[in-house]
Amino acid sequence: MRLSPDEMIFWHHGFLKLNATIVFTWVLMFALAVSSKLITRKLSHGLKRSRWQNLLEMIVTGIEKQIKEVGLSQPQKYLGFLGTLFLFLALAGVCTIIPGYEPPTASLSTTTALALCVFVAVPFFGVVEQGVGNYLKSYVKPTFIMLPFNIISEFSRTLALAVRLFGNMMSGAMIVAILLTIVPFIFPIIMTLLGLLTGMVQAYIFSILAAVYIAAATRIRKPKLEPEAKH
Amino acid sequence: MDNMTLIAIASIVIAGITTGFGTMGPALAEGRAVATALSSLAQQPDASATITRTLFVGLAMIESTAIYCFVVSMILIFANPFWNHVITAGK
Repeated sequence: MRLSPDEMIFWHHGFLKLNATIVFTWVLMFALAVSSKLITRKLSHGLKRSRWQNLLEMIVTGIEKQIKEVGLSQPQKYLGFLGTLFLFLALAGVCTIIPGYEPPTASLSTTTALALCVFVAVPFFGVVEQGVGNYLKSYVKPTFIMLPFNIISEFSRTLALAVRLFGNMMSGAMIVAILLTIVPFIFPIIMTLLGLLTGMVQAYIFSILAAVYIAAATRIRKPKLEPEAKH
Repeated sequence: MDNMTLIAIASIVIAGITTGFGTMGPALAEGRAVATALSSLAQQPDASATITRTLFVGLAMIESTAIYCFVVSMILIFANPFWNHVITAGK
């Protein structure tokens, strides 16, 4: 029983291994980059625009609105990171329709890598917004005793991000595989549909949680005018 | 009973119990969350976008505890280090 696309190896040469996770990640990257490049070659400002440009504008403004609703007042700064996260995860989930495709997020390596990106991005954006001193001071708020708990919570929510996404995607693939051996008629199709839904929801959750963490780290704290709770 | 049998029995039983008990708590919590969300949607339908989004985020957070239990069960069944160790020691 194959637990993850890590075990499907296409080619290996000594130390380097090309497994299904890497190959499908490259395919997704290629698809996203090439399609964006092709669609944004001739952008038009007026009302007459191609439908692909319309689609991209809908997606980008939708993501911008979501980021603004989370509490980040200047969404353009974070649109690159959060938008890419959402688009990659959404495409990885939706492409399970294509036969022979295994979502690369069904491997713990991919989800850990993405969670580590968020783990690095949160202090990065926090320092860019607030400065190093202010950001480090936010770890000892509200009291000094909270310092170890704040540090632990940083690590644990990174771990939770990785395991949540991995668990959802892996379980989707595995349920379909198991059902195919038991009831190979209509039930696996229903479970594949459910897998599509959970893929989209988990992509949204991952990006929104990343946005919430960044918002918590970049919130300029007003000096003692009002007591505000963190989160 | 030798080590191999003990490890096998423990892994199988605990894998079943982990998923069985681990999904009860999140299911109850999610039911309560959806019930509260529905009643607040009925009270204030124009806040439905915010309520729906917050509901989904909350549901995903609750779901993650169930996912942790599922991952532990999967590890016990398919990637069990104790079983692998005992199998390679018995060869």
